[in-house]
Amino acid sequence: MSTFTVGQELAPYIFIINRKKLVIYAEASGDRNPIHLNEEIAKSVGLENVIAHGMYTMGLAGQYVSTIAGSANVKEFSARFIKPVVVPADTDVELVMSATVTEVNTSSIRLEINAICNEVKVLGMAKALIAL
Amino acid sequence: MLNPDLVGRTFTGAASTTITQESITAFAHALGEENISVAPPTFGITVTLAQSQTLLQDSGLDWTRVVHGDQRFEIHTPIVAGMSLTCECTIESARVVAGNEIVSVKADLLSDSKLVASTWATLVFRG
Repeated sequence: MSTFTVGQELAPYIFIINRKKLVIYAEASGDRNPIHLNEEIAKSVGLENVIAHGMYTMGLAGQYVSTIAGSANVKEFSARFIKPVVVPADTDVELVMSATVTEVNTSSIRLEINAICNEVKVLGMAKALIAL
Repeated sequence: MLNPDLVGRTFTGAASTTITQESITAFAHALGEENISVAPPTFGITVTLAQSQTLLQDSGLDWTRVVHGDQRFEIHTPIVAGMSLTCECTIESARVVAGNEIVSVKADLLSDSKLVASTWATLVFRG
């Protein structure tokens, strides 16, 4: 078990998001809202283009923090969806995930997660409690 | 508009959802997670979203205009295949801000009457 210190920054990871992955997430999650799948419909409701499910972005953040001690040890996890992740056709969009340790306890740590897409923060107040 | 009388009321989903390994695997793989022994931390949304949707449709809100504002999970026990989950939803608040209706829904997932996870979602119905 590695030791953690408050203020420590965890190594970033870059997730690639594209239309194909949104289709796979839509099927797996059951959230088939067309704004995540269909450009015409997304634009018809005033969006710039197809956007990723907020829960897909949050799910990727969950995967990122799960690398510390496994999915089973993520005890609390929260985020605000502050900016959409826009996914144009035939484009790989980079989502840069990183985290800072904000609290260290005997058997757990708290993290603040940063999710950045095109230099814009897409998740706000993204936090996790991980049991160690 | 949400009927203000509905705030504070709890609704229990009629049917329980039996979690299959296939559904956990598909969800995990969609997120690039290789470990499929337990469900990813956000997996509960596959149950709570559908239940909240049903609850709010019955409440007269226009689901086509919904935006997910925020989401929180408190996970007591990781979800694994074979669990039979029931969902208890409570509308905790509903308010109108700048023409948008903002509804907070708490959804508890239970297995054999034991709390597996509590989840909170803020849903914004664009006016």
